Amino acid sequence: MKSINQIIAVTALNIRNLPQRIGGSLVAVVGVAAVVLVFAAVLSMAKGFERTMVNAGSTDTAIVMRSGSTAELNSGLSNEQVLIVTNSEGIMRDGDEPVASAELYVVVDIRKKGTNDDANVPLRGVQAGAFDVRKNISLAEGRMFETGKNEFIVGRAAQSEFAGLDVGSEIRFGQINWQVVGVFEADGSVSESELWTDVRVLQDVYRRGNSFQSVRVKLENEAALKGLQESLAADPRIDADVMTERDYYSGQAQGLSQFIKMVGYPLTILMAIGAVFGALNSMYASVTVRGKEIATLRALGFGPMPVLFSTIIESTLLALTGGIIGGGLAFVVFNGFRVSTLNGASFSQVVFDFAVTPDLLWQGLIAALIIGLVGGFFPAIRAARLPVAQALREL
Amino acid sequence: MKYLGLIWRNAWRKKIRTSLTILSVLVAFLLFALLSAIGYAFKSGADVAAAERLVVINRISLINPLPISYQSRIASTPGVESVTHASWFGGYYQEPRNQFAQFPTVAGDYFAMYPELNIPEEQLEAFAKNRTGAVVGHELATQFGWKVGDRIPIQATIWTKADGGRTWEFDLEGIFRNEDPRGSTAFMLFNYDYFEEARAFGKGTVGWYILRVEPGANPVEIANAIDEQFANSPSETDTSTEAAFAASFAKQFGNIALIVTMILGAVFFTLLLVSGNTMSQSVRERISELAVLKTLGFSDRSVLGIVLSESILIMFIGGILGLGIGWLLVQGMAQQMGAFLPGVYLSPLSMLVALSIMIGAGVLAGVFPAVKAMRLSIVDALARG
Amino acid sequence: MTDTLASLKGVSRVYHKGKERVDVLHELNLDIPEGEFLALMGPSGSGKTTLLNLLGGLDKATAGSVMVGGAELTTMSNRKLSDWRAHNVGFIFQFYNLLPVLTARKNVELPLLLTNLGSGERRKRAELALDIVGLADRASHYPRELSGGQEQRVAIARAIVSDPKLLLCDEPTGDLDRATADEILRLLQKLNSDHGKTIVMVTHDAQAAEYAKRLLHVDKGKLEARATA
Repeated sequence: MKSINQIIAVTALNIRNLPQRIGGSLVAVVGVAAVVLVFAAVLSMAKGFERTMVNAGSTDTAIVMRSGSTAELNSGLSNEQVLIVTNSEGIMRDGDEPVASAELYVVVDIRKKGTNDDANVPLRGVQAGAFDVRKNISLAEGRMFETGKNEFIVGRAAQSEFAGLDVGSEIRFGQINWQVVGVFEADGSVSESELWTDVRVLQDVYRRGNSFQSVRVKLENEAALKGLQESLAADPRIDADVMTERDYYSGQAQGLSQFIKMVGYPLTILMAIGAVFGALNSMYASVTVRGKEIATLRALGFGPMPVLFSTIIESTLLALTGGIIGGGLAFVVFNGFRVSTLNGASFSQVVFDFAVTPDLLWQGLIAALIIGLVGGFFPAIRAARLPVAQALREL
Repeated sequence: MKYLGLIWRNAWRKKIRTSLTILSVLVAFLLFALLSAIGYAFKSGADVAAAERLVVINRISLINPLPISYQSRIASTPGVESVTHASWFGGYYQEPRNQFAQFPTVAGDYFAMYPELNIPEEQLEAFAKNRTGAVVGHELATQFGWKVGDRIPIQATIWTKADGGRTWEFDLEGIFRNEDPRGSTAFMLFNYDYFEEARAFGKGTVGWYILRVEPGANPVEIANAIDEQFANSPSETDTSTEAAFAASFAKQFGNIALIVTMILGAVFFTLLLVSGNTMSQSVRERISELAVLKTLGFSDRSVLGIVLSESILIMFIGGILGLGIGWLLVQGMAQQMGAFLPGVYLSPLSMLVALSIMIGAGVLAGVFPAVKAMRLSIVDALARG
Repeated sequence: MTDTLASLKGVSRVYHKGKERVDVLHELNLDIPEGEFLALMGPSGSGKTTLLNLLGGLDKATAGSVMVGGAELTTMSNRKLSDWRAHNVGFIFQFYNLLPVLTARKNVELPLLLTNLGSGERRKRAELALDIVGLADRASHYPRELSGGQEQRVAIARAIVSDPKLLLCDEPTGDLDRATADEILRLLQKLNSDHGKTIVMVTHDAQAAEYAKRLLHVDKGKLEARATA
């Protein structure tokens, strides 16, 4: 009890005279703030990207593609194969019709807003069932495209990032002019990065005959997936991969988000090491400045432990302050920051918002805490071992 | 130079503090090296693209093919010296995560088009003769431990064979290197004839054409001439210089480059703050000593120089160590992950930038305390001691 | 004959400065009876401050025994020494060493934080100590608002607040003018005579030494007794 009182008393003193050493202390604070800022900013990119991709996928929608194709763009299915899939067991029906959408996925060049650079924007041909196999997707503006016409609807995210996609405008891909007739929203998921048109129109324009690249089917329940996989595996007319839409999109997200993490974590660790050096420097300086005070307290009978703890607490508080500043800054500046980038897995643009999530901020604070503890530890030992007689003499 | 001993001793007066400062500078420049190398990879080799080469792609998008029949028409366009083509195969070795680039092309033409790619003559001949032959870049061969004579199965993600199979087997006939250290060699080339014959669909098309313009010809005029030729045909073309093509591809990654720059900014802000603080601390503590130097007859400028040299020295020790370690790591990264992240490269330009930052940061960190020391009135300073 | 409060037997203190060996104190013997007011004089580097630090448990003897108030300091751990200092000895320094962020009363209270006293009791005792040194009216002033002499009185109040038997003063008047120094010395005399404090004072100043009951000269690590008034 007595020693806790001592720790509190010495720490309180320490904090009271902190303003006199503010220059040195700021270095530690800013150093840690930079680490947490960079950490939260970089990882929020991965978080936001994952969220956009994973939000898109439901677990009771299955996507079927030609076996071995890692993305829709690479896949190909004939009309017969699509019919085999949609007429399998376990697929939800609306009246007599299976809830399904066979789709074609191509890439068109559209200018990024505010630049002169073309970007690979996905143009998807869909069937009437497209809105039913996906969740949380709805028309927000304008009207639906009509079948057989060269018109499309645009995802909200794509519209905000790429030029010339306002409702009512006309845009040319190749030799064909297209009308933008509506905008759809999908909870910020990857679908919002796409343009949608009638699959028949796209088959014509891209000379794909009666072929598709993927077919999505709504399952009666999640357990029906296994049955579908088995029945298609047993069918000699089709060689296809079947997975839930969620698994498909998680797979698509992996490459880029792993890359960001592969860069982000080592970057943070390196920066954290740098910040530890900074904190150590500040704290050694702080101990030097406080030498007289520490020696006086020791002469008055305060033990070495309170001095040790007060130094560690000081550096931890400084680091946490930095962590809160850095995390707050990351949240204010980066949360919701919208970018579009090329996802290598689908060779097309994905528009997503940075997501500075609570767990990122929490991890950032823990990093700050560790930097504070390590940065305070060695200076604290020096403070506790300060030779009192000598320190008093030097004053 | 005669002050070097004094500067050196001053710098090491507080060993722990100086070491920590050097270490944080080291970390910062290590980060600089790694980030600029990765940033370079994001530019997708825009720097190594040759201006005399043009790339012809489908106007709609790179993924749309062009008819093989275009080759002779492009070749006969005035000002075109030679033409070859390539396609995107999109396969992987053993596991999907071992994805790398494979291009079906015409062996002789391709190496003629890219003289910077070096391959032994007899290997090139063997490659051209063997229908199922293939050559790979040195980076790939190192990564997967392949040697000439190996049989390499590649799993196709797009191109199923006419017999329904997805495994394409190739005989490794040669290994090429890139003369330019910045250029990637993380790709495989195989014969278009085999590709065309064995694939199930898409016959009669290629991914893109690459052409070389005659010396002295205007690449922009030739590009326009080609695009006009195919205007209003089912497959319109988009011709650009290789450099512009690489740059526009790089830009697809968008703001990521901007974010990398922001991170660099944050790192350097921290670095400057830490070292600046340390420098001014150590000068403040020594103000009476500097005054003594002045009483001994040192000029204001010498005092300024001594203080500045010290901070630049600290910056250089940390910075060069950091760059050195970064360079080693980048070499390792290029070897280990060349296939996944081709073009990781620490360019001489980034090194030069790093050196200027060292000097700049050293001056910035030292200049305020140094000016303070220079302006110091001797009497005041001694009184403080 | 009064009891002996402190006794040093065969005490040596050796420092190592790099390769050089410095014998600061050499086989020194000294008895300090309770109620003593002892002045130690000597040239710089003679070891008088070291002697004071040994008595206060701030420094440890290389050889010999240091007994203070029945406790053997040479074998005590640093932790125990801290605790022992808190209850048995008060320090007064040349430069006062007050904490600038605390008021006079809080400065005086500081050593009481090491006891189990409640805050009311701590405050009372701190005020009493300030009263003894004649600064009751300055309790809520910060050190920078006080004169040098006043600062030293606050330091003295801090030294006596936990009621130690032994006061150790290192050049307590070294930074003060003559008149103020005399006031401080009279205060120390009063603490010695009226409050029964045993005082050991290191000083350069022969006039200051005259306030003591006994004067010893320290030279090259040895003691020479010289009688005084």
